[in-house]
Amino acid sequence: MKCQKCDRQATFHITDLVDGKPSELHLCEHCAQSFLSPSQEEAAQVLPAMAGLLAQHLAVGETADQLARLDQRACPVCGITYLEFRKHGRLGCPHDYVYFAEQLEPLLMNIHDQTHHIGKVPKRCPQGADQQTQLIRLRREMKDAVSSENYEKASELRDQIRGIEGRNLSSESMEEKDPES
Amino acid sequence: MHLDDLANTSGEWLKGSGPESDIVISSRIRLARNLADFPFISRSTESDRAEIEKILHGRITELQSTGRVSPDTLYIKVGDLEEVDRMFLVERQLISREHAESLGARAVVIDHTERFSVMINEEDHLRIQVMQSGLNLDTAWQQINEIDDLIEEQVTYAYSDRLGYLTACPTNVGTGVRVSVMLHLPALVITRQIEKVFKSLQKINLAVRGLYGEGSQATGDFYQISNQVTLGQTEEELTKKVGDVVPMLIDYERQAREFLIRESHETLHDRVSRAFGILRTAQTITSEETMHLLSSVRMGINLGLIGELEIPTVNKLFIHTQPAHLQKMSGMELDTSDRNIERATYLRRHLNADNTGDPNQN
Repeated sequence: MKCQKCDRQATFHITDLVDGKPSELHLCEHCAQSFLSPSQEEAAQVLPAMAGLLAQHLAVGETADQLARLDQRACPVCGITYLEFRKHGRLGCPHDYVYFAEQLEPLLMNIHDQTHHIGKVPKRCPQGADQQTQLIRLRREMKDAVSSENYEKASELRDQIRGIEGRNLSSESMEEKDPES
Repeated sequence: MHLDDLANTSGEWLKGSGPESDIVISSRIRLARNLADFPFISRSTESDRAEIEKILHGRITELQSTGRVSPDTLYIKVGDLEEVDRMFLVERQLISREHAESLGARAVVIDHTERFSVMINEEDHLRIQVMQSGLNLDTAWQQINEIDDLIEEQVTYAYSDRLGYLTACPTNVGTGVRVSVMLHLPALVITRQIEKVFKSLQKINLAVRGLYGEGSQATGDFYQISNQVTLGQTEEELTKKVGDVVPMLIDYERQAREFLIRESHETLHDRVSRAFGILRTAQTITSEETMHLLSSVRMGINLGLIGELEIPTVNKLFIHTQPAHLQKMSGMELDTSDRNIERATYLRRHLNADNTGDPNQN
């Protein structure tokens, strides 16, 4: 069967609801993808209320051009793009709050009416937040290195990861010995 | 302690022993927490999630071995469970529907009295929740704060001085706290005032949901009121904000009940008695109809229109007549029509004879 929108082979058979009535669609992978990924307006309707609300708030005050450029920005630690965040309303790692800080500020203001935490503080604050972030990045890079069969790089990265994890462990056991510190 | 043992008991929070428990079913607080050295769930790989689960499992076992967490506490790998067991935990409010249905390594830690549970690898790495019977938010906060401290001694949370606890969704950042109170409001529904109440709650930034949380229908006239803001206020302030509005809702509901008793006593009594009659005699009944009728019966008991039944029994029936519970208790898989028959049998057994006052009886 041919795709209803182009000449390729139809591999996706979709039942769409139009005005409450089912209608059959037969599409190739390419056309199905653009059919299934909702436009910005649709996304706001389709996605769960909050995620949709987020996406809408985020688009406020950006020109299409600015937004397109912003969407391509990717967090150096977890690799999530701004577009992915806008689509799903979920961040990829703790560092996103730093990397996308400027964009998140008005959003937080909108949701919480505040931008500063005044509640509970963990007794053990991540002294090396940088170190924790580094671990996330290194693990991701190691995985990439393995999948591109760059084993030399992967083993270097593994040693770095072990080094940081080892340091964390030893500082933890220090804390246990001296609870007052 | 095993998962199957839970099927024959009911959680402490259902016992109807807490303050205002004629109208307030339960008080619940949950905290969203993430480990600092892993990506959030949406960007995590299968091996990240397995690693997170392994680390947390290890830490919890350690807490159990040193006696800081009860040895009766269950640790369940949700991915290894049959579908009926996952749904059972959802019905029991111990895990979310999303947690039951998602993929990959994930787990839940369950206190044997169901006072608390901890979901591992839900939307955040950790979702800790505490449940209390009736209106008892202060105790719930105190307990969850202690559990949070205990876990925090074992792991490093993602936290920033400025933004507080960092969460996958910016709607939870800061305290990561969701304070909710579950109310039974049948008279406000009958007198058509419920919409008005909701609108005023939304104006003060409180959310209203049904029995099973986000997006669920308000079945059995149960409504959950919770905070939406999580940043820029302390946990105590957020708890107080929800706690302060509840006495007003209780008052509205009581007034509506008094109005019904005064203005249409016969109609109300008739409605309650018919509901009780159907539940005691039906041979096949859907979950929806059961919830609807139990709601009338529950109100009837509180108004003294039904004498021979107690609130804890009815509270339990709301949960134990759900599909997965019926299948767990009968020990076999049942399709919809078999479930409806099993449900009717279960109801007849519990609402007739003389065991109606004993909530621990099956």
